[in-house]
Amino acid sequence: MLKDQDRIFTNIYGMHDRSLSGARARGHWDNTAKIIKKGRDWIVDEMKASGLRGRGGAGFPTGLKWSFMPKESDGRPAYLVVNADESEPGTCKDREIMRHDPHSLVEGCLIASFAMNANVCYIYIRGEYIREREALQAAIDEAYEAGLIGKNASKSGWKFDLFLHHGAGAYICGEETALLESLEGKKGMPRMKPPFPAGAGLYGCPTTVNNVESIAVVPTILRRGADWFSKFGRENNAGTKLFAISGHVNHPCVVEEEMSIPFEELIERHCGGIRGGWKNLKAVIPGGASVPCVRGGEMREALMDFDYLRGELGSGLGTAAVIVMDQSTDVIKAIWRLSKFYKHESCGQCTPCREGTGWMMRVMERLVNGDADPSEIDMLLDVTKQVEGHTICALGDAAAWPIQGLIKNFRDEIEDRLKNQSSMQNSLVAAQ
Amino acid sequence: MLRRLHPDQPESFAFSPENQKWAEAQMTKYPEGREASAIIPLLWRAQEQEGWLSRPAIELVADMLNMAHIRALEVATFYFMFQLQPVGSAAHVQVCGTLSCMLCGAEDLIEVCKERISPTAHTVSKDGKLSWEEVECLGACANAPMAQIGKDYYEDLSSERFAELIEDLRNGSAPIPGPQNGRFSVEPAIGLTSLLEGEGAGSAVNKSVALAKKFKDTIKKIDGTEANLSVNWEKQ
Repeated sequence: MLKDQDRIFTNIYGMHDRSLSGARARGHWDNTAKIIKKGRDWIVDEMKASGLRGRGGAGFPTGLKWSFMPKESDGRPAYLVVNADESEPGTCKDREIMRHDPHSLVEGCLIASFAMNANVCYIYIRGEYIREREALQAAIDEAYEAGLIGKNASKSGWKFDLFLHHGAGAYICGEETALLESLEGKKGMPRMKPPFPAGAGLYGCPTTVNNVESIAVVPTILRRGADWFSKFGRENNAGTKLFAISGHVNHPCVVEEEMSIPFEELIERHCGGIRGGWKNLKAVIPGGASVPCVRGGEMREALMDFDYLRGELGSGLGTAAVIVMDQSTDVIKAIWRLSKFYKHESCGQCTPCREGTGWMMRVMERLVNGDADPSEIDMLLDVTKQVEGHTICALGDAAAWPIQGLIKNFRDEIEDRLKNQSSMQNSLVAAQ
Repeated sequence: MLRRLHPDQPESFAFSPENQKWAEAQMTKYPEGREASAIIPLLWRAQEQEGWLSRPAIELVADMLNMAHIRALEVATFYFMFQLQPVGSAAHVQVCGTLSCMLCGAEDLIEVCKERISPTAHTVSKDGKLSWEEVECLGACANAPMAQIGKDYYEDLSSERFAELIEDLRNGSAPIPGPQNGRFSVEPAIGLTSLLEGEGAGSAVNKSVALAKKFKDTIKKIDGTEANLSVNWEKQ
């Protein structure tokens, strides 16, 4: 079990002093200038060595991402943009960082911006997080007043401005290029890649977009060393991670744990077990709405990391937002609800997604009611394959995967429902 | 999803003097010539002032930012938090209906809305005080089911507690937000399983609730005097 002294987010529940002095007492902002003075290359190399993979869902190595930024400016400024548009269903970890441990993020922004030659950083927070925005703005104001950021940030000689920007309720703005469009004052419609943001991002300038958690862990990693961070978790899945567990567990919560922690241990230790015991576990979505669901039986032994969940179970760690469903759940309806979500959130730019998400939702609706022909299951599967990979951004894929996961894992249940419904109709006809 | 402007529009819109100042400060966050970036914060402020977003407000913001009106209309109709029709005078209730909340009973909360506010979403109740809608994941899944009312999250709800909240709002009071079952924030309800050491409780309520109590602006229309934007950066 992860010891308290090895946790990065030491005030994630907000029970301790939330002000700057409280953050300092917990070790934040401790000689930040010394880290900056070690230089850009050292920071990027150390981040690479730590094995940190992006915490926003895709799991791309953070240090490597930073190294794509131009070393010398060609006259254009560089930007760091922090993706705080947390809206993946099931995910509620960045919210806790921003309202209860905001200084880890503010300090991370300074160090990461310096490492990428950026004097300006924007944090794009989702519009609904109004109190979180106020809490984070208060932390930014405190940091400005104390000279930790600003003209001579933390007396390092680096000029650094940090701005908080917000959205207005569009899930798609969590996609990095849609986020940049939105930040430029347009509709949040994803851009074609290439050019990648590191070449031409915000206002056409080199930009890196990172998740809140990826940035907030940076100061602690650099302070305690890449070796310290990489000793947690299995190889290639290093570090500690915030897990958000919701649904049918006895005590849903957000908790920081070691990567590769067994699912059973995570649930037993922090969530008081599955509601009604392990026999009552039906299905788990281990990484937020966009990853396929997994049968409960397979999940019990699973290790919670990128490679295990993808390689062994055909799912993914995503944002580590674990949604647990017990035997009382209508799993077909659960996936229909996600289809409804994707239909609602499709930006409408690409035809396969705009039309496909609505089509898939309507077929799912009929599967829930048992009002379909068994051959339509394969037709639905076929349509998900036609949406997947044929859109500018990954929302099309994200809409397809939950349905594919459902058909792969619970095909028998769908077929049973269709059979029951049709035999019921037959008996009704016979009765007439 | 089709979102249109409301057929009945007010004659005009103007920011309150404080909100005008706030809006102008907001615009300095972005580089020269990139003021359009401020459109979402400005439209949002206009909505906070009026309760909903009217055509004159959208056009005023577009003019402030040197944008063509159609570009601002695109933004206003694209983002779901912009209410393009009048909402309840006391509060607009947004129930999260996505998976984690659905598993924990969001459908019951929606029934409460249908019974106590109006049978359909985006319809103002008969007494004009309340309106409701089902929204997608609000990112408080470990506190499911939950609803956003005004600026705040009301978490760990039961149908009974939610019905009480709605009646409180109707009667003109502003209930205390945050978890409604005695939980502090997102810790396991039975007690801490981590972070047991440390200096102990720094305050009685979590940060979101503390801010709601401090500003006293949970469901209030924002006139700009509540919490000002401190402009502590240098224009580049």
